[in-house]
Amino acid sequence: MGWFLEHAWLIPAIPGAAFALIILIGKRMPRGGSEIGIASMLAALVLSAGAAYQWIEHVNSSDGEAEAVLNRWEWFRIGDLKVSIGSHLDGLAVMMLLLVAFISTLVQIYSTEYVRGDRRYTHYFASITLFSAGMLVMVLAPNMVQLLLGWEIMGLCSFLLIGHWWEERVNSEAALKAFWTVRVGDMGLLVGIAMLLSIFHTLEIGEINEAAASGDFDSKRLLMWAAVALFIACIGKSGQFPLHTWLPDAMAGPTPVSSLLHSSTMVVGGVFLVARLYPVFHVGLDMNILGQHFNLIAVIGGITVLIAAGLAFVQNDIKRVLAYSTVSQLGYMMMGLGVGAWTAAVFHIFTHAFFKCCLFLCAGSVAHTGSHHSFDMKKDMGGLRKSMPITFAAWIASTLALCGIPFVSGFFSKDEIIDSAKHNDYKVFYLVGIIGAFMTTAYMTRATYLTFFGKARGAAAHFVHELEHEHKTTHDSPWPITVPLVILGLLAIFSGYLNAAPFKWHWFERWTESAIGLPLGEGIFALPHPPEFSWTSAAPGLVLVAAGFAVSLLLCRAVFGSETSPLRGLTERNIALRAGHKFLVNKYYLDALYEKVIVHGIAYPISRAAYWTNQHIIDAVVNTVGKAGRRTGDLVYKYIDQLLVDGAVNGSGTTARGAGGALQPVQSGKVNMYGALLFGAAAVGGLVLVLVNS
Amino acid sequence: MLINEFLLLGAVLFCIGVYGVIARKNAVLVLMSIELILNSVNINLLAFDRLNGGNDGAVFALYIIAVAAAEVGVGLAMVLLIFRNRKTISLDDLSEMKG
Repeated sequence: MGWFLEHAWLIPAIPGAAFALIILIGKRMPRGGSEIGIASMLAALVLSAGAAYQWIEHVNSSDGEAEAVLNRWEWFRIGDLKVSIGSHLDGLAVMMLLLVAFISTLVQIYSTEYVRGDRRYTHYFASITLFSAGMLVMVLAPNMVQLLLGWEIMGLCSFLLIGHWWEERVNSEAALKAFWTVRVGDMGLLVGIAMLLSIFHTLEIGEINEAAASGDFDSKRLLMWAAVALFIACIGKSGQFPLHTWLPDAMAGPTPVSSLLHSSTMVVGGVFLVARLYPVFHVGLDMNILGQHFNLIAVIGGITVLIAAGLAFVQNDIKRVLAYSTVSQLGYMMMGLGVGAWTAAVFHIFTHAFFKCCLFLCAGSVAHTGSHHSFDMKKDMGGLRKSMPITFAAWIASTLALCGIPFVSGFFSKDEIIDSAKHNDYKVFYLVGIIGAFMTTAYMTRATYLTFFGKARGAAAHFVHELEHEHKTTHDSPWPITVPLVILGLLAIFSGYLNAAPFKWHWFERWTESAIGLPLGEGIFALPHPPEFSWTSAAPGLVLVAAGFAVSLLLCRAVFGSETSPLRGLTERNIALRAGHKFLVNKYYLDALYEKVIVHGIAYPISRAAYWTNQHIIDAVVNTVGKAGRRTGDLVYKYIDQLLVDGAVNGSGTTARGAGGALQPVQSGKVNMYGALLFGAAAVGGLVLVLVNS
Repeated sequence: MLINEFLLLGAVLFCIGVYGVIARKNAVLVLMSIELILNSVNINLLAFDRLNGGNDGAVFALYIIAVAAAEVGVGLAMVLLIFRNRKTISLDDLSEMKG
């Protein structure tokens, strides 16, 4: 076994140590600690690449399934239960390690420019390094306790990073919302781990998977509840319906954070957990209702795909469009896992990380350079394709990948998920998949049009105007921003060829399949073989993608075209007269038109319904719980406290007034007086207990 | 087995702690008294642990030490912030409850 595979524990340990170093000496470093963070991520990247290389060699040298490489040390023991810490390397873990280290490195390089001069620059790099370390700890976990450890480190760091600019109330509230929503799910993780322990009498992931896959457990019902509890954790972490509401609010953090959070870490954590414990979920959540066999994961994933894609239409904030897009893509991954397409879903994690990270970084680049830190597409963007060519090119490459255009990475992964849904008798989810592809293309076309085409508005207009003033045509972001964009843009196009079904290239499948934990082919709990690729089965999806593009483009052009054709005179006069000021009026007019055509036309009913569900039903449930709680409190206050307790106190006060108001000095407001009363009461209680028992 | 002596020690420590919590005005001293109370509980736990010949009591005691450390960390941070804002840590002056 290779050195890198044996020493994989170094991969999370180095960023973890770097976090401590940044906190201790970061402020005294010439670059405020960012160099430590980047160096540690680079080291992790090199080690992960070495591990990946040796893993591939290991797979190639073993005939049949490649054994996972385990390396464990005892961490602590409770009674007979030994809890270990260490590394569990298989195809899935190696892939995630490489992905997380790679994306984190690029994001940190990008951050040096993006948060330059920030008031908490050092803390930013400390948190983001620890964040990556948390994900790496989780990915490597050989048992559920280490997984929980990494999971919680990420939860904490996401809170720190989303609330990085906590001086503004909105941001700190968003951070709290993210933290608490994920906590709701985390309770599920704790309960689920405890249930797994009671079912399988072990916490080791490998042993749990083996036992679940071979049916070596007493009660399927218990396993189902364990899987449900764990899946609640995944819903919270991965922003699945109905706990997706925290994800768009998490956009309050700096953009590089959003891109890291939404591509390879944090939100992927839930999908990763399902993929990691796949036998448990596959066997446990296999429902049989009304003679229909289906998997609960697929249902949640399918709902999420559509709901989130619908919400992406009504957003004006470019990062919110991308956030809902992430939710929707995570829905695809869950759906893939649900319908039994493990490899396709995990491959979608892989490709999605590159293009979604790239899209977020592009949005950040536009805001950083082109629109004066505004993310409002309608107000402050537009027409930036000529002035920011690198950003534009990277954006287009990743958008193509996201929409699933043939021969770009997203196509190979997403099409295989959709194809598997059809192949494995999940007809409804096949439809969900291709409709989702249609909607994805439509909202991305809208976002692209609003950001890069049409006339520049607001801050972007100002930016373009300044460029003309300086007789320059292009002014893209500085190199720490553009270099990661170019690398990610290229990967968004080419990463898909690792598992390109149309060419019968299945390297990725070969490298990761031993991590599934379930046999392929025949058997009670076996997975169906991935379907053979054929262009005819991919065609309906592609037609819908093309339709989505065409419809959305036509609508966008209709809205913006009407500005140039019948109303040309008006707008030109406006711009000519008072460029900057009239721009606002002009934009307002466009806005009204835009609302009328697109929103009232197609997207309005769907997305309003989705948004309404979001706002009224889901929020209402939360609110009702809150209100009910408050009302109970009110009732308790009104009747018990006011009438009974106060009544008693007042009553005794009145009766005791003659005797000198014995109770009044007790209500002194002195804490130590209350303390004395407390201890006195406890002592009396203890005495009573002793007397009763003796 | 010297169980009684340990329990007595625990009880004495507990009483000193309670006295400190009640009588002291200084927030830091109150925190220290709370530590005394917690450690008197630890002594009891360990005494019974030895009496019953298990490990559970020791594990509990370890947990209590960890929790107590965290609690003092938070408590002292609060005291520091209060001092920064109010220039006093006397509990009587800090009381905002109406007597």
